[in-house]
Amino acid sequence: MKEFKIRTQDLTLFYGEKMALNSISMDIPEKEVTAFIGPSGCGKSTFLRTLNRMNDLIPNVSITGEVMIDGVNIFDKQIDVVNLRKKIGMVFQKSNPFAKSIFENVAYGPRINGINNRTELQDIVETSLKKAFIWEEVKDRLHDSALGLSGGQQQRMCIARTLAVEPEIILMDEPASALDPISTAKIEELIFELKRNYTIVIVTHNMQQAARVSDYTAFFYLGELIEHGKTRKIFTTPDKKQTEDYITGRFG
Amino acid sequence: MKKGNRKRIIGGIFTGATGVSAFLIIAIIILILVVIILGGKETFSWEFLTAFPEDGMLKGGIFPAIYGTAMLVLIMSVAAVPFGTLTAIYLTEYAGEKSVLAQTIRFAVRTLATVPSIIFGLFGLGFFIRFVGTGMDTVFLGGELKWGQPNILWASLTMALLTLPVVIVSVEEAIRAVPRELREASLALGATKWQTIRNIVIPGSFSGILTGTILAVSRGAGEVAPILFTGAAYYLATLPASLSDQFMNLGYHIYILSTQSSNVDQTLPIQFATTLVLLLLTFVLNFTAVIIRSGIRKRRAK
Repeated sequence: MKEFKIRTQDLTLFYGEKMALNSISMDIPEKEVTAFIGPSGCGKSTFLRTLNRMNDLIPNVSITGEVMIDGVNIFDKQIDVVNLRKKIGMVFQKSNPFAKSIFENVAYGPRINGINNRTELQDIVETSLKKAFIWEEVKDRLHDSALGLSGGQQQRMCIARTLAVEPEIILMDEPASALDPISTAKIEELIFELKRNYTIVIVTHNMQQAARVSDYTAFFYLGELIEHGKTRKIFTTPDKKQTEDYITGRFG
Repeated sequence: MKKGNRKRIIGGIFTGATGVSAFLIIAIIILILVVIILGGKETFSWEFLTAFPEDGMLKGGIFPAIYGTAMLVLIMSVAAVPFGTLTAIYLTEYAGEKSVLAQTIRFAVRTLATVPSIIFGLFGLGFFIRFVGTGMDTVFLGGELKWGQPNILWASLTMALLTLPVVIVSVEEAIRAVPRELREASLALGATKWQTIRNIVIPGSFSGILTGTILAVSRGAGEVAPILFTGAAYYLATLPASLSDQFMNLGYHIYILSTQSSNVDQTLPIQFATTLVLLLLTFVLNFTAVIIRSGIRKRRAK
């Protein structure tokens, strides 16, 4: 039995008056891929963004309940949210490279953590780009602008940038939704490799993608967690009728 | 049938009136330009730009006025741009969007923008010269008169107050154009808010800071009222060499030539040519700002 990396308890979130998450309790196992699926507006992205406290940035959000990461409640007053985010990397729906060189993009995280030694940075950048399977494509143009990369390359570079901070958890918010099938396949391969060392949580609209890359799947609907379990079981013999209806395409 | 005709005629007159009004605007601009160019083109020359006035300002060039204007807007920018940028950053990044504090600051900025420029001049005289300057003289120089009189520093600071709203609004717009995704990327990598502002937000709004600076410079180069009592001089045989010196100024020079000269008619070509220089300067500056700003808007629309 694997350890649980993230455990949430009765997590409820309001945007102003509107309830976006209703009492979510979920255990996310370490070094596995957990996929969140559900129709638009079901709360899956909101839930994901709660795990690294990205929702802190949005005004009028109120949260009750607990998110325990390695047994520590991340909403505890003593928690330094900056350190928390170093431990939890995030990859966004739209690739978001900085208007800097590829090298400086990947070195951004280490630099803000105070690493300024050139050789050390070069090592980190190279290792991170290799881990994200993009080193061969960019090694001769590390100092060119990252904005010149293709969409798929940008996204893998953003993953490399996340890896450079050496997180333990990687949150992915529909990382391939804006990419073509070939780039998507590369990202999925990458996720498969990364789960050996990282706990990965991925939000996806693409049911086949969830089935292909994840070990566990959670189905959200209208701010509630409807069902959560092994991906194989969710996709073949779900317990709830709503899950089955969604997966077989009867709604959503 | 008759009623319909009348309606059509009224409609036609209205359409015509709107067209004529719009056309008049263009005509006025062209008229101004033509008159100034015709009046000034004889006098306008390289020598005119680089020489000192001669013969009690009835002949010669306007170099000290150009130099004084350049120094004025330079010192003004050094004061207004950092101050305005910091205010804009506070407004966009720290004060809550709808907080009472942010509303108050915005109200203050809007009010500042509508204060008549002569009021800034009087404020500069009262605050910078009489209060700060005289205070400095009393405390540091034992009452010797140095800072408690008009000079280029007080004039520049007064002008900085006038142009602050321009800087603040431009920088604010540029900061808002920095995509939220980039801030989130930075924060998600464990950057603090300050690191994100320094490494992502400020470099990303550089063109807006530049636009604000150019617009402020163009405004500051053209305004006369704020410097009337705070530092502009009628005529100086030397260029200002220190912050406590007075200076000559293009706009003020036009005013002087047209009202205080010993022979106003004789200076007419010089007035036209000086006006041409001032207009060219502000046109070029504004045009540059418009180009940079449209670039920012395009990026934000993406």
